Amino acid sequence: MTDFLFTLLLSFDATLRVATPLVFCAMAGLFSERSGVIDISLEGKMLAAAFAAASMAAVSGSAWLALGTGIAVSVCLALLHGFACITHRGDQVVSGVAINILVSGLTVVLGIAWFARGGQTPSVPNTARFTPITWPGAETLGEVPVIGAIYSELLSGHNLLVYVAFLMVPLTWWIVYRTRFGLRLRAVGENPNAVDTAGISVARLRYSAVSCAGILCGFAGTYLSIAQNAAFVREMTAGQGYIALAALIFGKWRPVPAMLACLMFGFLDAIAIRLQGVEVPVIGPIPVQLIQALPYVLTVVLLAGFIGKAVAPKAIGRPYVKER
Amino acid sequence: MSNAAIKIPRWVDVGLIPLVNIALAFLVSGVILFAIDVDPLQAVEIILYGAFGYDEALGYTLYYTTNFVFTGLAVAVAFHAGLFNIGGEGQAYIGGLGVGLGILAVDPYLPFIVILPLAIALAAAFGAAWAAIPAYLQAYRGSHIVITTIMFNFIAYSLMVYLMVNVLIQPGSMSPESREFAESGHLPFMHEVFGWFGMEVTPSPLNLSVVWAAICCVLVWAFIWRTRWGYEIRTVGANETAAVYAGIDPKKVTLLAMCVSGALAGFVGINEVMGVHHRLLLNFTAGYGFTGIAVALMGRNHPVGIVLASLLFGLLYQGGAELAFEEPKVTREMVVTIQGLVILFSGALAYMMKGPVERTYVRVAGLLQRPAAQGG
Repeated sequence: MTDFLFTLLLSFDATLRVATPLVFCAMAGLFSERSGVIDISLEGKMLAAAFAAASMAAVSGSAWLALGTGIAVSVCLALLHGFACITHRGDQVVSGVAINILVSGLTVVLGIAWFARGGQTPSVPNTARFTPITWPGAETLGEVPVIGAIYSELLSGHNLLVYVAFLMVPLTWWIVYRTRFGLRLRAVGENPNAVDTAGISVARLRYSAVSCAGILCGFAGTYLSIAQNAAFVREMTAGQGYIALAALIFGKWRPVPAMLACLMFGFLDAIAIRLQGVEVPVIGPIPVQLIQALPYVLTVVLLAGFIGKAVAPKAIGRPYVKER
Repeated sequence: MSNAAIKIPRWVDVGLIPLVNIALAFLVSGVILFAIDVDPLQAVEIILYGAFGYDEALGYTLYYTTNFVFTGLAVAVAFHAGLFNIGGEGQAYIGGLGVGLGILAVDPYLPFIVILPLAIALAAAFGAAWAAIPAYLQAYRGSHIVITTIMFNFIAYSLMVYLMVNVLIQPGSMSPESREFAESGHLPFMHEVFGWFGMEVTPSPLNLSVVWAAICCVLVWAFIWRTRWGYEIRTVGANETAAVYAGIDPKKVTLLAMCVSGALAGFVGINEVMGVHHRLLLNFTAGYGFTGIAVALMGRNHPVGIVLASLLFGLLYQGGAELAFEEPKVTREMVVTIQGLVILFSGALAYMMKGPVERTYVRVAGLLQRPAAQGG
């Protein structure tokens, strides 16, 4: 029994690590989509940030400089997305797809040109990474049953960005539901006409929202390349941006439910490897691919209205045209 | 004289502005090449020679073009109904699965002439079915088609890995591939076809599906502009409210457009599975579904434009591979980058150049008119 509990604990531990980029991206998507701008480009922004951060970390040897670079690059892409969809009223989905494809090509092209390692960056030394932080007393408390194990295995021993990710959730909640900016942000996603009538610039609000998304995707990418791993590998986001988007929808565009969805998807990912080859009574062995596809299947089922109902912000996907 | 009197002719809107957008995309691509120390002009030369310079290269170029015509038409048909089908990749994958399953089941017994129509029908049916679920969910359950088609790409991917690794793998084989089809399940290569007429052509993956792609272009043109269904699709795409007043059911149109779209994407399976690999395997779609988005945007959703855009991307894929061979600094991903830029400039930023180009046209046309007016 203790063995089982310990395995479960390790799975939760892995869940936190896997869910971190999802949480960053889901919060990013929340800012953008709550303001009425569809954000398919979470994936691309995260990938670009991962590449930029790893390159900067490899060249400068500073994790903080790398984080700054990752965020800067991601924000630039977010502004490009804004330039296309807000200023030029282009199709938001097309713009997102363009950014994703552009980044998936450009990161490899630049990676080969700069480092000549087949698209990878040189591996980053630990001094230029965000390394695990052991909480005070984790070693001694580890001896204490249950609580000690939870403290030393689950809470302690993650890198800084994991904690930042989970702090972003209450922060996002507070910004969106308790500040003037948040009120306006939600209003512009539901009824931009009303916001405009109140004398507030729709374009400026939406630009701020996509910038917030850019910053958070920058964190996510940096986490992938210099905290969870120690180099950039081509296509290293591997669809996590889309899983985050699914989690956001699953959480009905609200911070805490979105985070819980990220944790659930992260947990599925963490146990997928453990469940490989495990015989389940009646059903037989569970195919790993089924568990891997589960986030997508669940999202489709949710969107179809079979588990509750996910209602998107009303003005989502529509460029705002000022009435004359 | 007022400039308002000058009308913007159609060719500016249909021809000039798209060309300006594509030129911008290539300009930025050139800047990127320049930034990584590759001479853009020399790169263009290598690409053109690598794509058209000799008959094998031309074969490869047209082979890629065939895939892009299918996926480009698929995206375009959905666009006409106002739907964005990002799921071309998954539909192509499942279409190929249909082709493979069909041929594996019957190839020992049936001749080629029976298998071919069966394979085409299965590619269409499987691709259409994979598109029909998101379409149904959009039409009747209100879920957004963009999100569901993205999810269905991933689901298709997982499903294929499961089937190839656990079910369809050739017993005793290490790599997840099915057994090779019997001869009756091979679509002839074009070099074989030319061989029948005594012409010597260097082997390339180009096969008879290029002919089917050409037929599909004509069929899609006729379907969209010459049938009642096509009219309904275009009406819903232009104005859904007006379509409802005209007695058109947008839900049925959504289903119809997506099924046609998925069927077209499924034909990639004919080219890849039946035409080239002659077995079921993983990842034969290789991003062709996503390129279809760029192709449709660039070709402005018209079969003629799509053929031209497909040729351009075929050229880039094949020429880009040659460039990667010549220039160690350049890889296939450069083509992916160009693809992203094309989608950005011809799709997302499509309206950016509209104002400047139209203003320039008015100014130039005004200058040209003035002497004439004074003379008269």
